Amino acid sequence: MEKPAGTATVNATDALMRVEDLVMHFPITQGILVQRQVGAIKAVDGVSLSVKRGQTLGLVGESGSGKSTIGRCIVRLYKPTSGHIYLDNDDLAVAQGTQLREVRRRVQMIFQDPYASLNPRFTVGGLIAEPMQIHKTGSKAEIRERVEQLLDRVGMNRRFIDRYPHEFSGGQRQRLAIARAIAIEPEFIIADEPVSALDVSIRAQILNLMQRLQDQMGLTYLFVSHDLSVVRHVAPRIAVMYLGKIMEVSDRDEIYSNPLHPYSSALLSAVPIANPRVEKQRKRIILKGDLPSPIHIPPGCRFHTRCPIAQDICRQVEPPLEDKTGSNHLAACHFSDRVGSLTKAGSVQGLGTL
Amino acid sequence: MLEVKDLKVYFRTREGNVHAVDGVSFHVDEGESLGIVGESGSGKSVTSLSIMRLLQIPPAQIMDGSSIVFQDAELVDMEESEMRKIRGRQIAMIFQDPMTSLNPVLTVERQLIEPLQLHLGLSRGEAHNRARELLEAVGIPDAERRLRSYPHQFSGGMRQRVMIAIAIAANPKLLIADEPTTALDVTVQAQILELINRLRRDLGTSVMLITHDLGVVAGMTDRIIVMYAGKIAETASTDELFANPRHPYTLGLLSAVPRLDEERPTELQTIPGSPPDQLHPIEGCPFQPRCPFVLPQCKQYPPARKIAGNHVAYCWVDVTDPEEQKRAMQRGFIPLTEIGRSYLAQS
Repeated sequence: MEKPAGTATVNATDALMRVEDLVMHFPITQGILVQRQVGAIKAVDGVSLSVKRGQTLGLVGESGSGKSTIGRCIVRLYKPTSGHIYLDNDDLAVAQGTQLREVRRRVQMIFQDPYASLNPRFTVGGLIAEPMQIHKTGSKAEIRERVEQLLDRVGMNRRFIDRYPHEFSGGQRQRLAIARAIAIEPEFIIADEPVSALDVSIRAQILNLMQRLQDQMGLTYLFVSHDLSVVRHVAPRIAVMYLGKIMEVSDRDEIYSNPLHPYSSALLSAVPIANPRVEKQRKRIILKGDLPSPIHIPPGCRFHTRCPIAQDICRQVEPPLEDKTGSNHLAACHFSDRVGSLTKAGSVQGLGTL
Repeated sequence: MLEVKDLKVYFRTREGNVHAVDGVSFHVDEGESLGIVGESGSGKSVTSLSIMRLLQIPPAQIMDGSSIVFQDAELVDMEESEMRKIRGRQIAMIFQDPMTSLNPVLTVERQLIEPLQLHLGLSRGEAHNRARELLEAVGIPDAERRLRSYPHQFSGGMRQRVMIAIAIAANPKLLIADEPTTALDVTVQAQILELINRLRRDLGTSVMLITHDLGVVAGMTDRIIVMYAGKIAETASTDELFANPRHPYTLGLLSAVPRLDEERPTELQTIPGSPPDQLHPIEGCPFQPRCPFVLPQCKQYPPARKIAGNHVAYCWVDVTDPEEQKRAMQRGFIPLTEIGRSYLAQS
């Protein structure tokens, strides 16, 4: 598929995945016989992203921000309303039939809840073999051999091959889900909150495993999470979403030490830190109120209803997502130069250890 | 004010007894905030449900010898009719999931008025006014109108505020908060934690905060109990526990989570293995299969190791001993992280 002219983003050449102006609106209909659209849930409302080959992009946001919807659009669990999703030069947003199947082979997904994402009637061997059977990657014996290798790879005992998912703990199940995701050697993996459902002591095991697999297989990750400390650990580049749009994108250290959007700043200041001394001296930005409805998105900047520094212009003009520093640090805020003063006193950034 | 002694709660199942809480003793003082930290299956929630006498018996069974004394009254064998005067009136509880804990078919007003009429004997009109004040106190705007709303008409954070309003309606002496913010987003979590802190200051309520998140207890509590497999692993004042953790499990928990206030490690330290199986508890220290400091004597349950003041760790090993650390490092243990060390140096 030909790439439309003029849409090249910065570093587009080495980007494996490029999302351009992605829009996913879920229609709300009324009427029994004649369904009439009366509105739309604007889950994703014009998002552009790119992920470099072999890298991880962290996509952060709270519930209702649309971060999971982006992931689901990329694997085409949803058909996007408009926009493009380029994997190299194939546009996943419009792919269908054989082409879609071919593209899906290169993109896999790991879900949040390993209790829900593994079919309880399949054995471990069956679960991991299924993607290989669908994509016909080998004979029965070859696939079985490969399943055993995959079990080794994710740190599970080969003996478990004929057991069922219910016999395993959450962490072990997530290992199985990962084995299944890498079974057909995809290039791109969407990990949607892969450690959020796991116990604290197990999270580190899974994060380390994902990192090791990335190094070994050259995987590219889109790591979707609400947990800023986890994302900082795994992703060298981070995008912050709010109500269907990207608010800020930047390299890891930049966004944590010098956030240029008040929402990122508020998110960072809200993360509890396991250090009583830090907690006592921190100044939190407590956001007012709740997330507005994605059906009626506020005009102007969509964050203005909860923003501590909103001005008149914010209620009228939507700020573009643009580079604010010349070093590929993008933010969608009219007053990004004032964000620093919000957090100076005793916030995470104020620690000076990053 | 509250004194729990040798609490043992087992669950009868077809496969055998699950030792959910296995000999736990602690106390909560007047006006104090106590944190109970543990992962799933550590027994932290069963402990709080036992205090509220909300466990279904059977399958649950509070074993002989267990004692829960609240203001000189023994709760374990108290008559249900007596218990009702304490539950909600003296000890109130907020739960993790406000949607399933509120009644979906009653308005918020009905649910708020119930404890006011029941415990405080207010008239309908008085209760209505008090209910409105309570909603205002927990920061719900437009309280008069919101009283007539149903739980599903509130967002998650607002529902949790409603739950807190109901919990504090009768001015309880002790508020038990069981993972009150786990289902909420971080920015909403910050709002709710601030609210609990403010209420504690204003009303002088004691708080028992139960959570898996060490970050949450760091800013919210005076004292912490770390639980593992139904037992207390370590307990200390909050500052002391973070500055000077002495149980290998506490050490592991502190370094297994990526932290915003630290240099990013290339690889996270893990606690190997899986959570304990409470159906088949092992002899001795329950953490031994996962512990890098493990010694032969861990086959026997360790005695309390008194560190300083009220700081106690249930472990045979002195984790600060360089020899023990060297041994643990050969098993893959990484001693306290950078900031941990600089923090220790400062204090």
